Amino acid sequence: MFKKKVKEQLSSTDQNENAIANKETEGLSQGQIVRRRFVRHRAAMISLWSLIVMVLFVFTASGLHLGNEQNPITIHGWWNWSITDIDPELSIGADGIVGAPTLDLIPSFIDGTGFNIGNHPFGQDDIGLDYFALVMRGAQQSIVVMVIIGLIAAFIGTVVGAVTGYFRGWVDAILMRFTDFIITIPAIIIGSVIGFQFGNLGVIFLATYLGLFSWTGLSRLVRGEFLSLREREFVDAARVAGAGSARIVFKHILPNAVGVIIVSVTLLMSGAIITESALSYLGFGVVPPDVSLGLLISKYQDSFTTRPWLFWYPGMFIIAIALCINFIGDGLRDAFDPRQRRRITKKDRAEAKLAKARA
Amino acid sequence: MTEPILKVSNYNIDFWVDGVWYPAAIDMNFEVLPGQVLAIVGESGSGKSTTAMGLMSLLASNARTSGSVKVKGVEMVDAPASTLRKFRGKEVAYIFQEPMTALNPVYTIGFQIVETLRNHFDLGPKEAKARAIDLIGMVEIPNPEGSFDKYPHQLSGGQRQRAMIAQALACDPGLLVADEPTTALDVTVQAEILDLMRNLRDRLNSAVLLITHDMGVVADLADDILVMKDGLTVEHGTTDQIFNRPQHPYTQSLLASVPKLGSVAVRELRAPEGSQNAPVLKLENVEIEYPKRGRIPAFKAVTEFNLEIRPGEIVGLVGESGSGKTTVGRAAIGLLPISSGRLEVVGHDISNATQKDLRKIRRQTGIVFQDPASSLNPRLPIGESIGEPILLAGVAKGDELNRMVEDLLDSVELPRSYRNRYPHELSGGQRQRVGISRALALTPDLLIADEPTSALDVSVQARFLELLQDLQDKLKFACLFISHDLAVVDILSHRIAVMQHGRLVEVGERDQILKNPQDPYTQRLISAVPLPDPELQRIRREARLAAK
Repeated sequence: MFKKKVKEQLSSTDQNENAIANKETEGLSQGQIVRRRFVRHRAAMISLWSLIVMVLFVFTASGLHLGNEQNPITIHGWWNWSITDIDPELSIGADGIVGAPTLDLIPSFIDGTGFNIGNHPFGQDDIGLDYFALVMRGAQQSIVVMVIIGLIAAFIGTVVGAVTGYFRGWVDAILMRFTDFIITIPAIIIGSVIGFQFGNLGVIFLATYLGLFSWTGLSRLVRGEFLSLREREFVDAARVAGAGSARIVFKHILPNAVGVIIVSVTLLMSGAIITESALSYLGFGVVPPDVSLGLLISKYQDSFTTRPWLFWYPGMFIIAIALCINFIGDGLRDAFDPRQRRRITKKDRAEAKLAKARA
Repeated sequence: MTEPILKVSNYNIDFWVDGVWYPAAIDMNFEVLPGQVLAIVGESGSGKSTTAMGLMSLLASNARTSGSVKVKGVEMVDAPASTLRKFRGKEVAYIFQEPMTALNPVYTIGFQIVETLRNHFDLGPKEAKARAIDLIGMVEIPNPEGSFDKYPHQLSGGQRQRAMIAQALACDPGLLVADEPTTALDVTVQAEILDLMRNLRDRLNSAVLLITHDMGVVADLADDILVMKDGLTVEHGTTDQIFNRPQHPYTQSLLASVPKLGSVAVRELRAPEGSQNAPVLKLENVEIEYPKRGRIPAFKAVTEFNLEIRPGEIVGLVGESGSGKTTVGRAAIGLLPISSGRLEVVGHDISNATQKDLRKIRRQTGIVFQDPASSLNPRLPIGESIGEPILLAGVAKGDELNRMVEDLLDSVELPRSYRNRYPHELSGGQRQRVGISRALALTPDLLIADEPTSALDVSVQARFLELLQDLQDKLKFACLFISHDLAVVDILSHRIAVMQHGRLVEVGERDQILKNPQDPYTQRLISAVPLPDPELQRIRREARLAAK
């Protein structure tokens, strides 16, 4: 009541009342509204841009390395060390620590030494490899693994869950028993057997393999959501309006289940880094001299007390990537859910006060 | 002068929402004497339930109260928790609207009554059980010993409400607060519960605070009435004063919007010009069965159903919950398959129709669902919901569709700017208008209205019924109007069909059914409807009791 009054008063003082009214009545589709709301979500937009910048930075730094060992296709990046170049000259830190990072972000008016990137900004590892190159390459691999696992699992999980939950009956029985069967397969053991038999098949194969095993939890959640949503009256209303099964599933029920899907996929993607390093450890996927973030962390977890940067830098990248994905997921979920409202800011409060004073 | 059991003075309740105190009840003053029934009436959101819950400090943590509430002379506002606990259940007992949710489903009703008893009295398990069985007998549940061990789901709706009353009466409370005690019940059951409450009041001499929106129930039970609107007391007086000489314009308009049986003339039949008299909807010997699922056997919801609806005719279908009226409505629009018989809709036989066949009738039929909150997709802006039938029928798209949606919003008197709103941003009445504009988007020949007003307040209901009549005058569709409320059906329909246990017991012209019902069930149904007039209701109640 009160809010309405304020709005009326505001608009009556506004000269462009007509323009606003026209804008308000302009019809918007669900897709347009969701897009607008997502763009307005500050945390999600910041995360999206950070992730894009990070991906560009990481991929251009170490370049692209495709193809197999016999005939590699390589596009060099802008960083002058590669992951196999050993620098015989070791960087020595202030306390005489060998292989210390040369990156100095503190400007000269604080500690005397100026801003400096140096030869090995992230330091060097045990045998003198440039750690910046390793972290860049690792981040590249981990991002590829995460994206592929996320896409495959989200697609299969959503489709299987939606189909079983919506159609029920024998479709449900068969697909759900198949899901149970997949759950019982120990993915890690089969992965290590494949790794042992066929050797390293590359990161893309690894990610696809893991994606094919990690959709089961999601499909169960989506099925449950669909089972309850399909009984709601708006589904009947859509059917009466003449909608077919495909339209009901994708246009009417799926947007209502988006919250569950997004939360579970973001968790899955964050978890993918760990699973990938476990399989890599067994020799299937990313094997030395190639690196991934998970592999770097597990390799240097003992160095945490003596040479902590070997732990920090890959850790920082994992946290940054996972956080960005979580925030983007939050933004998507809020954009799809009309009940989520922007928190009232100081500006809103000031405006409300102003309106009250004017009245 | 006897001492009042409850004395409320200068009582205020505010809620803290988004940094502002919103008042829910403002400066309430009333008292209830032993053996007296005070009814608080008002529409949803008027603060009547909040006031009732506030009496015993049962409000959410963002509420603030001030003023004074005295129960038997003891102050309850800001009283310590121990005092409140002593008074709750013992001196002030509550009966809630929905007995299924207010009773704990994992305990037997006997256990729950015994629990209340042993909380307040020093009783052994055996004595408590004996007392509980007495109570169950007192509220007239058949076979008290056997019912003691029954779980809430094993009882019917009316018996559940009785069990809750038994629990509330366990400690002989001085004040019984009944919050919409009969809203979830059928009229015949409602009449029984009201009789029971009147009996108990006379026998135990306890005071009753009755919260309701149903003027018929008020006329039946109350001695005094307090009318609330937006947290304010609008009017307070005896039942006779309020019903016969209402002073405040709000009370007058509230009483005027309550539909009364037999108060309007039969509406003229408005059929579209040039239509032959071929029925729009024709059911012949229809039987509808819910197939067996697992160990639950198949259930015949509707048997031997015969009904015809001619163009432009409104047929009211009434019956109690579980009588199969909604099932008929859903079958008529092809949402449920029929198991035998013949079903013809707008000239198409859909007795054994596949989804594809049903597409043909979709353009000529529409349905308004009971609960507008659940029948609109919460993730779809309402403009898209309304436009969907038009888009899917391939009638229009793009700018033309936009224009049609705007016209539809205009026709149900909603602002055009609402098209980008989501359902939760609208009130119940507005949502139901959206529902009707979607059903009428393709100007159908047949409209099924499945209890469209049961979720609405009386004044909103009155406006909605007016709107539906105007639209029918303009578009001349035939309508199957399903309702449990005879008074609503009475306003709209040309003919009325009465259902019981999946069978059609009586069909006839409106006046014949209401004034001269032939079937005993119809007679019982009509006599159970409480009239919103205390004097007439008293005569009617006595006649009903005498007939027993």
